[in-house]
Amino acid sequence: MSMQRIDAYATPTKSNRSERQRAWTRIILALLLLAGIVVWALLINADNLKVNLEGRNTAPSLAHLFGTDWLGRDMFARTLKGLTLSLAVGMLAALSSTGIALFFSLLSSWNKWLDDMVTWVTDLFLSIPHIVTLILLSVAVGGGFKGVVVGLALTHWPRFTRLLRAEVLQVKEAEYVGVSRQLGRSRLWIARHHFLPHLFPHLLVGFLLLLPHAILHEAAITFLGFGFSTDTPAIGVILSESMSYLSTGLWWLAFFPGLALVIMVSIFELLGRSIRRLAETSSG
Amino acid sequence: MHYKQVMLFITGKAVKLATLLIAVSILSFFLISYSPIDPVQLYIGADMTRVSPEQRENIAEYWGLHESKPQQFINWGKAVLHGDFGTSLLYRSPVADVIAERFLASLALMVVAWLLSGVVGFLLGIIAGMRQGTWADHVIKGFCFTLASTPAFWLALLFLMTFSVWLGWFPVGLGTPAGVLAEDVTWVERLRHLVLPALTLSIAGVANVALHTREKLIEVLASEYIRFAKAKGEHGFVLVWRHGLRNISIPAVSLHFASFGELFGGAVLAEQVFSYPGLGQAIVQAGLGGDVPLLLGIVLFSAVFVFVGNVMADLLYQLIDPRMRRSGVQ
Amino acid sequence: MNLISSTRNTPLLEVKNFSLTFHSDRKDRQEPLTQVIRQFDITIREGEIMAVVGASGSGKSLLADAILGILPENATCKGMLHYKGEPLTEKRRKHLCGDQIMLIPQSLNALDPLMKTGKQVQTVMKGKGKKDGQRAVFRKVGLPDHVSNQYPFELSGGMARRVLIATAMVSNAHFIIADEATPGIDPHALGEMVTFIKHLAMEGKGVMFITHDIETALQVADKVAVFYAGETVEIANVEDFSGTGETLRHPYTKALWNSLPQNGFVPLEGHQPLADEKGKGCAFQPRCQRATDICLQKQPESRIVKAGMVRCFHA
Ligand SMILES: Nc1ncnc2c1ncn2[C@@H]1O[C@H](COP(=O)(O)OP(=O)(O)OP(=O)(O)O)[C@@H](O)[C@H]1O
Ligand code: SF4
Ligand SMILES: [Mg+2]
Repeated sequence: MSMQRIDAYATPTKSNRSERQRAWTRIILALLLLAGIVVWALLINADNLKVNLEGRNTAPSLAHLFGTDWLGRDMFARTLKGLTLSLAVGMLAALSSTGIALFFSLLSSWNKWLDDMVTWVTDLFLSIPHIVTLILLSVAVGGGFKGVVVGLALTHWPRFTRLLRAEVLQVKEAEYVGVSRQLGRSRLWIARHHFLPHLFPHLLVGFLLLLPHAILHEAAITFLGFGFSTDTPAIGVILSESMSYLSTGLWWLAFFPGLALVIMVSIFELLGRSIRRLAETSSG
Repeated sequence: MHYKQVMLFITGKAVKLATLLIAVSILSFFLISYSPIDPVQLYIGADMTRVSPEQRENIAEYWGLHESKPQQFINWGKAVLHGDFGTSLLYRSPVADVIAERFLASLALMVVAWLLSGVVGFLLGIIAGMRQGTWADHVIKGFCFTLASTPAFWLALLFLMTFSVWLGWFPVGLGTPAGVLAEDVTWVERLRHLVLPALTLSIAGVANVALHTREKLIEVLASEYIRFAKAKGEHGFVLVWRHGLRNISIPAVSLHFASFGELFGGAVLAEQVFSYPGLGQAIVQAGLGGDVPLLLGIVLFSAVFVFVGNVMADLLYQLIDPRMRRSGVQ
Repeated sequence: MNLISSTRNTPLLEVKNFSLTFHSDRKDRQEPLTQVIRQFDITIREGEIMAVVGASGSGKSLLADAILGILPENATCKGMLHYKGEPLTEKRRKHLCGDQIMLIPQSLNALDPLMKTGKQVQTVMKGKGKKDGQRAVFRKVGLPDHVSNQYPFELSGGMARRVLIATAMVSNAHFIIADEATPGIDPHALGEMVTFIKHLAMEGKGVMFITHDIETALQVADKVAVFYAGETVEIANVEDFSGTGETLRHPYTKALWNSLPQNGFVPLEGHQPLADEKGKGCAFQPRCQRATDICLQKQPESRIVKAGMVRCFHA
């Protein structure tokens, strides 16, 4: 006779409150910063992006925080424009990759064969270095803007699919799904009413964590010369162009745009991690 | 391990590699074949205007461009099976030779970076894990998270600016333009060219290992067997050495092997910045220049490279972890 | 009998007015404290087996952790904790733990999954002939030689438990804390464990046997300390548990005894108070049938009744 049976002793629950508060603070801070970047970029005076041969190659100053380039364009304005461009492309890519991941994970809940297929395709995409896939897709589509977006959209789903698939399979085993099935609910009904609500937090967190990756890859592939054309102020383009001027000492051309990118990506990382933490503590 | 198990392992992996390569070939071949690249034009290059339509025809005939796509694929596949990856349009020499030469250069870079980032990352991870919650942990974690948000090529640019332009310790890229024969470059010269790309690649790879090691160590330190070891009076370094390292090193090394894909990607970017004549630079040139045979060759090669990493990771568990090593025997 | 014979020398372990408190995960002080153990008293002498009986989650393992000095960082403890008449300081623990004081842990996961069992047992031994000594003890607990070369995952649950017991046996520990698994081990294995532990006590070692099961406690121990809401409410001799429990001192102990199937199976209503539910009166009062006004007003002090300790006004 165990004492447990007569004497259930409830364990005091550890308070997650301060942890959640901290996460919320971080989220709000991150969102404010991001909003700041976007609004600022929208307010940028188009004149700053214009060629101004008189003010060429000036080092950072109060007038030009990030200096100017060899055509006298204000690097701060170009960088901000570049960031919003990266953000837009990253959003697009992360969104479509999330969609693909969701589709595949639901597909794999259908039956064993489809599940195997999904696993196989996922493994296939993971078997080539990401950059190589990006180059391949960019070449296939014919490069340029289309090349970057298609490439980014079609390559960020595999790891995310693995995660979602595991979640879906777990829900599938859950009792209430079995009950629904016995009640004769259709698969689509089950997907809508059981899988999607359960997956939603994962989708949000996954999307947010994909964003920084997509942005970094956009910059990388553009830097290599596959992405945007040279007249676009994308960070990758800016950095790639800066290479020709580094030996002449125009360090600010590479330093500030890159730093700005790092900061934006870090903010997204932080946002994604904080929201994940929030999702974990509220469900756990 | 038993002979039979070894055979089974090898056969399994071989079959897997074969299906993988077939799938990658089909996928990449058809992707490329629908691209707007005109192979004839690329082959002729700038001389386009001087070539008559008949000559054009001949070239198209020579490349088998009039056949159906599946037929083209079969032709290409057959050649590949015979070890003939075609001729690189840019380098005007057999793709296999280009890959071999370039890969050797990249290999030096990647081996150095892989080892360095592995060792440094592992140590940082252990320090952070042992000192969880202290400032050392926060610094290391912050460093790793920032690193994860830093594009490798920007890191490369920073190094280039600092060490080559500013301090003048190393050549400013473009030191060995493509086309300089390998024999013409001295060893010292080669090493000088290796340092910065290798450094970039090492640092870029540290974050992953360090964070993983940290996480794993914290998990292990919270385990029952560590609690028991502490109850037996073990503490400090001996404790981590005896029980910690054993339990975190296999997953860490295994993870590091499984990250060959990222290593390759990092090499592509680092080589581009430092004009390092490796495989990464070659694939960029092949992609930009529409050198389809070379591009396909490198795609396949990179798949094999990643696969080898994954097999090593697997093998490590099979050979070293007693739970895997022995459970087969019984 | 033990009560008389063992009072002569200094006790091995003496715990008085001991309390253990958790603060929140991080060190900010806004979060409420949780007191898991309070007013805990126990004395264990050489050759004595003291069972500590308490419900699951009542803090028994934490008590062991406190003695061994391996508490989680967010725990603080107060009170007297003496080993062989002197306070157990951090410095003394470094020498004692793993040498004079040994733990037989609760969980089988206490074995390092990547170290051969023989080696793990040898880590607590000193000097030469470790291997032979370890094998001899393995044989004593019924483990064949080849087990020394096996990894924990290759052992059955029973074998792993024997390895853990062997660890305590090879050491020259004077004081052993045995933490029994809550899910309960099968009766046969339990019987074996009881035999080994009695054997250890026969060699003159003091044993603190932690369990949630009063029946097991009665099989092994000379004395039983009953844990309620983090306090010792009674320390009784095994012989006190008989009949309808009229020799028992505390109403809770009596209720436990009478809830056993062979003693009428009388259930005890209610639950143990949570850390924040404890009033200023007796912790057991809400469930006590003998409670009076004073029980609401004051906490009973511990006192000696019929050669045992009890914390109740009406014992
Ligand atoms: N780090 C911690 N922070 C806050 N509370 C904790 C912490 N560790 C343990 N506790 C609480 O202390 C209580 C005592 O746990 P303990 O493991 O000592 O119980 P036990 O009596 O050994 O139970 P069992 O019989 O199941 O082994 C539990 O209710 C647990 O919730
Ligand atoms: S002190 Fe009062 S309430 Fe507490 S156990 Fe004794 S009789 Fe019951
Ligand atoms: Mg316990």
